[in-house]
Amino acid sequence: MSDIATTVFVRPKLLQPLPPPDRLRKRWHIMGNWKDFLLTVLSLYLIWILVWPAFKFLFIDAVWTGSSRSDCLAETVGLPVGACWPFITAKFSQFVYGFYPESERWRADLTFVLGAVLLLPLLIPRAPYKITNAVLFFGVFPVVGYFLLVGGAFGLPYVETRSWGGLLVTLVVAVTGIAASLPLGILLALARRSELPVLRIGAVIFIEFWRGVPLVAVLFFATFILPLFLPPAWEIDGMLRVLVGVSVFAAAYMAEVIRGGLQAVPRAQYEGAMALGLGYWRSTGLVVLPQALRVSIPGIVNIFIGLFKDTTLVLTVAIFDLLGQLRAAFADPNWSSPSTLFTGFAFAGAIYFLFCFGMSRYSLFLEQRLRQDRDR
Amino acid sequence: MTIQPSSHSGLSSTRHATAVKMIGVHKWYGDFHALKDINLEVSRGERIVICGPSGSGKSTLIRCINRLEEHQRGRIFVDGVEVTPDTKNIDEVRREVGMVFQQFNLFPHLTVLENCTLAPIWVRHMPKKAADDLAKRYLERVRIPEQAHKYPGQLSGGQQQRVAIARALCMNPKIMLFDEPTSALDPEMVKEVLDAMVELARDGMTMVVVSHEMGFAREVASRMVFMDEGQIVELNEPEPFFAHPRHERTKLFLRQILR
Repeated sequence: MSDIATTVFVRPKLLQPLPPPDRLRKRWHIMGNWKDFLLTVLSLYLIWILVWPAFKFLFIDAVWTGSSRSDCLAETVGLPVGACWPFITAKFSQFVYGFYPESERWRADLTFVLGAVLLLPLLIPRAPYKITNAVLFFGVFPVVGYFLLVGGAFGLPYVETRSWGGLLVTLVVAVTGIAASLPLGILLALARRSELPVLRIGAVIFIEFWRGVPLVAVLFFATFILPLFLPPAWEIDGMLRVLVGVSVFAAAYMAEVIRGGLQAVPRAQYEGAMALGLGYWRSTGLVVLPQALRVSIPGIVNIFIGLFKDTTLVLTVAIFDLLGQLRAAFADPNWSSPSTLFTGFAFAGAIYFLFCFGMSRYSLFLEQRLRQDRDR
Repeated sequence: MTIQPSSHSGLSSTRHATAVKMIGVHKWYGDFHALKDINLEVSRGERIVICGPSGSGKSTLIRCINRLEEHQRGRIFVDGVEVTPDTKNIDEVRREVGMVFQQFNLFPHLTVLENCTLAPIWVRHMPKKAADDLAKRYLERVRIPEQAHKYPGQLSGGQQQRVAIARALCMNPKIMLFDEPTSALDPEMVKEVLDAMVELARDGMTMVVVSHEMGFAREVASRMVFMDEGQIVELNEPEPFFAHPRHERTKLFLRQILR
């Protein structure tokens, strides 16, 4: 190394970049040394004892067709029996619609389709007409959905919410809760950071109250206790009560997550916007909130996922969501077999997982996409 | 093209010869007396450079001009409009006063172009196309038109600060405030920012600059302000200010930094 030996040095020519050594690039170590080998064997063993039996139960030993419990009994089949899928097929419409009148189920279907058609382009960043799309989904869809599902106008027969059930209820509660808690949470978070004491204290009381009580208690109170105090004329629809309860409850959590995001945005950003004459609302809406929400995405989706699963608590106030309908179906003697219970829960579990995992993946995608902006 | 305020800004019908006027301004942070009896008048087209040791109130002073800080006593007029707690009035003032910060304060979630067009579109209600053209013109002036579609995080410090200058200019301000615009920059990038500022000064912009770049001050300043302990200690034209500082504190300060 003659470079070091000299005390005076002038580089004759600048070095060009070289590719990194192989060691840095290798990502997979499966059989590299004895430690890797041991971990690989252990993982394979775990897969063998955990995944394989589940796979065997759900697919290989499963009964796929049939019309009653006898098709799912080991005595009649003559083989060990796994999942009893005919049970799901037979009860499927109950799982999706609950006791929604059969002749009116097209209305629920139409609502599902409408929701999906409006939501999908909203989730795809490159799809055009974002603003129109958002107005349709957040403004028009709830109104249309309300009249479609409840009816009593435009020649649609009235369907009382008590007969709603299954996945329909799960989705109505979850989507309403998600769509309402985000804007409500943003307003609460801003109020809590406000310089006006009335707003700040109001927000603190609201947030701390709703975070301090259990959701089950809220639902229970709203459904069974509140009517005792209110005159009968003030009777509010049970589903509406649940929707308000869930939204307000989720909003309180949302507010704190978003407040965390707001705190992560340096004050300098706000000053930069104010110095341009943007004023409070435009500074907040155009500069501070977009950055705060971006940091809050993991927390926000955490709440969405929790909310989606918490919808099952409506069972405590006699509203039968997907899980409620499932349990009701277990009581049917025509389908009582040793594997009915496992099949039912596997099915419900798969549906919940699908929605929750979908939200989680989408949020990762969103984070990745938004991060590109800041990569140097 | 000049950078002087054009006729479409709201207040230009009442052109005042005095751009900024501060009369007996005091400011406290809690118990700390940060600004003491500040009296300063900046004429239209003047370039004031404020220097002084850290903590002397330089930044606080210029941040009071567009009310990023509140003063508790005294009166401040910007282009004839008094700066008061009334919100509408503050935004009116801020629209006419551009500010460049030490840490740039660019919006990291918006592209360079969007940073520049945000206020013209949302405050001046300019059509997007016109705002884009305006922004591109100013980005060209500060010599970074090719970076328009990048995000601030992808630019060097010097480039970011020039974007910040362009962003402020897009509002066609009558007065520009610079709060230590080169203090956060690597030495190699100071010059490109100062060049943009010198050019701005040559075009006749009214500027109030907090800076320790004495070369820049000598070149463009109409008057120098030296501050210490929250007060104006010495105020003079650059020639005599540098050659014959009168106050002992000024002499000491200049000895320290001009070594």
